[in-house]
Amino acid sequence: MRGATQAKWAACAVAVALAATACGGGDSGGGGGADGVVSSSWGDPQNPLEPANTNEVQGGKVLDMIFRGLKRYDPKTGAAIDMLAEKIDTKDSQNFTITVKDGWTFSNGEKITAKSFVDAWNYGALLKNNQKNAYFFGYIDGYDKVHPESGSATANTLAGLKLVNDRTFTVKLTQKFSLWPDTLGYPAFAPLPKAFFTDHAAWVSKPIGNGPYTIDKYTKGSSMNLRRWDQYPGDDKAQNGGIDLKVYTDNNTAYTDVLAGNLDLVDDVPASQLKNVKADLGARYINTPAGIIQTLAFPFYDKKWDTPGGIKVRQGLSMAINRDQITSQIFQKTRTPASDWTSPVLGVDGGFKEGLCGAPCEYNAASAKKLIQEGGGIPGGQLKITYNGDTGSHKEWVDAVCNSINKVLGNNKACVGAPVGTFADFRSQVSQQKLTGAWRAGWQMDYPLIQNFLQPLYYTDASSNDGKWSNKAFDGLVDRANAESDRAKAVSTFQDAERVLVEQMPVIPLWYQNGSAGYSERISDVSLNQFSVPVYEQIKVK
Amino acid sequence: MGRYVIRRLLQMIPVFFGTTLLIFLMVNVMGDPIAGLCGDRQCDPATAAQLRSEFGLDKPVWQQYATYMGNVFTGDFGTAFNGQKVTELMGTAFPITIRLTIVAIVFEVVIGITLGVITGLRRGRPVDTTVLILTLVVISIPTFVTGLLLQLLLGVEWGVIKPSVSPEAPFNELLVPGLVLASVSLAYVTRLTRTSIAENASADYVRTATAKGLPRRRVVLRHLLRNSLIPVVTFIGTDVGALMGGAIVTERIFNIHGVGYQLYQGILRQNSQTVVGFVTVLVLVFLAANLIVDLLYAVLDPRIRYA
Repeated sequence: MRGATQAKWAACAVAVALAATACGGGDSGGGGGADGVVSSSWGDPQNPLEPANTNEVQGGKVLDMIFRGLKRYDPKTGAAIDMLAEKIDTKDSQNFTITVKDGWTFSNGEKITAKSFVDAWNYGALLKNNQKNAYFFGYIDGYDKVHPESGSATANTLAGLKLVNDRTFTVKLTQKFSLWPDTLGYPAFAPLPKAFFTDHAAWVSKPIGNGPYTIDKYTKGSSMNLRRWDQYPGDDKAQNGGIDLKVYTDNNTAYTDVLAGNLDLVDDVPASQLKNVKADLGARYINTPAGIIQTLAFPFYDKKWDTPGGIKVRQGLSMAINRDQITSQIFQKTRTPASDWTSPVLGVDGGFKEGLCGAPCEYNAASAKKLIQEGGGIPGGQLKITYNGDTGSHKEWVDAVCNSINKVLGNNKACVGAPVGTFADFRSQVSQQKLTGAWRAGWQMDYPLIQNFLQPLYYTDASSNDGKWSNKAFDGLVDRANAESDRAKAVSTFQDAERVLVEQMPVIPLWYQNGSAGYSERISDVSLNQFSVPVYEQIKVK
Repeated sequence: MGRYVIRRLLQMIPVFFGTTLLIFLMVNVMGDPIAGLCGDRQCDPATAAQLRSEFGLDKPVWQQYATYMGNVFTGDFGTAFNGQKVTELMGTAFPITIRLTIVAIVFEVVIGITLGVITGLRRGRPVDTTVLILTLVVISIPTFVTGLLLQLLLGVEWGVIKPSVSPEAPFNELLVPGLVLASVSLAYVTRLTRTSIAENASADYVRTATAKGLPRRRVVLRHLLRNSLIPVVTFIGTDVGALMGGAIVTERIFNIHGVGYQLYQGILRQNSQTVVGFVTVLVLVFLAANLIVDLLYAVLDPRIRYA
């Protein structure tokens, strides 16, 4: 039977194929113990890896490993603690004198001086360098000269930055900002070595920093191998031999790889796996709060929404959303219903106050309906919630929110979702003020400060005040809080400002987002910081 | 034959410009890509304006297209948003996808044609029925289901393969993804070959060849198969392009950093330089594959080249 033999041939070919693949399954993970290397999932960074140009988590992960700045946020408490800063002095909350610690170097041996910071900050602020985080330097005097809103720069360096000596420099801000030193833990403020300026292309292809890890090998778009830097002078030395970051096309695949023992750590458990994750990983699944809040924003540039009755409508809509049900059913408790406009990671001292919003953020069908009717009903008769359909499974929760509102109002068409194809398109519609209904908004904090959750979002004409909401009382309280030299006083004044948001409800807080991660049996001591980035240097390999 | 080739090459020029223009317009219609670069916050206007002028996005679309095409002919495909040259991205992505496509095509040719010949010669027998049912099953199951299932069974449950392919993507790691990618086409190739063989099996020339006393093997391979291959070759030829462009699903599941992945990222980030660059090359691949198919026709059946 010739046919049969041929069939057998085909079967053998497949068998050989499978066997050959199996042969390729050798692990290159290295040994265990203190020199063991941890493999972790990664996404392709969207922008070139430069401290002042990285504004998303994937690039941020790397910066967190290879850089240490003047301050660092404690991965547990979120408090800004001195790292390279010996002291930061001020008398008037506006002029600061910063002294850099002695004995720190970059991994290429270059000494870190005050100049390493001043040069880096000037580079980050200068318009022609296209740094997407340039606005971080916006509080420093002279920013409007190096980074004008239009036209070209009239100065190359920030007038507010002055070198005093090798280890000291002064900073002059444009306004009083007592909590400003606490912002210095953000990677945009990292020092840069001379090599960054002299051979920029080489530096970008293999960045050199001063953190606990150095980059051993970087293949853009697919992987980065980081190794422990043994001469690292800080006290947060790496507890493992290194981290291998692997770019995954899909976090489902990364998750599967963890299950198969092919990967040690996945730092974003895909939504579709949330149901199985406890059975799959047990205690090796982490689900902790991150500094992210999701909200519904409204267009105040549209007259329909900027009415006196609008307040009641927005409060009513907020009360019509059943946050508890949505977070437990759709998000499997990876989000927590929001009851203020900040995040639990700030802690009570930092300004998080559970229940600050009170009744307007609690589900109450009867009052919701009453308030919306008193306010004159939803402007235009229908609430359209715009979202981007490409990432983050926004469709599910937008539909659920609408469902909740529709049920309260007894009208199936009161609220509908309006998907937009891509994130870029969504953002361009938001920023060009094309939307006339509500849209999903999210805020990931830059630094764990209550100021960061309020000022950039709700202050008049602030950088991320997309809905163009404006309120004098709120602005005044924020100004007062910033000028306050006592930390506790500043925080409580910010909370007073937040109470204006309760009365006005410019955006509806929905829920705080958690960071999630899963890891293999090979490693231990895994945790996530407030930015939902794994604290890599603490991971131990068994 | 020479004139035939030249005529076909000239026909490719308008197709090439038409398709690239269409892609260019489509990506541009999607809106402003710079807005997505700054995450959930607004880029500050000055930086946004500067980025726009750097990527040429502040010019009218026709001018962008003209500049772009001008650059393409000098081998400059522009820069992706992360600062990498698009040609650099192509240099890493295309070899991987080509390897994947080769694996898939080999599976199609070897398994597909073999099964097709076997079933075509044994119509109505149990082998035939079994294979027909199997191909029907394969065709009706979407690729991502087959892919995820094989990944789960072979990768996690039995540990025969690694669930994900390493960045270098050597041939041996691409066998299972290649099989998944090929699966649907493979079923079609089987069915096409079977029908064609069955049709021709009772043709006069086959009877003549058998009557001459030629060995059965020679009759089947040289006479029957060669004449039956024309529709199959057409299908496989056009499939080369389809496989390269359509590998998005397979590449995502198995973590292969090939053309599909780059295209997906490009579309997500609305990076017109990446998308248009990759599609331009894919269009060229399609056109070349079609040309080769047409030339193969002429080889398989000399009557065609005069048509």
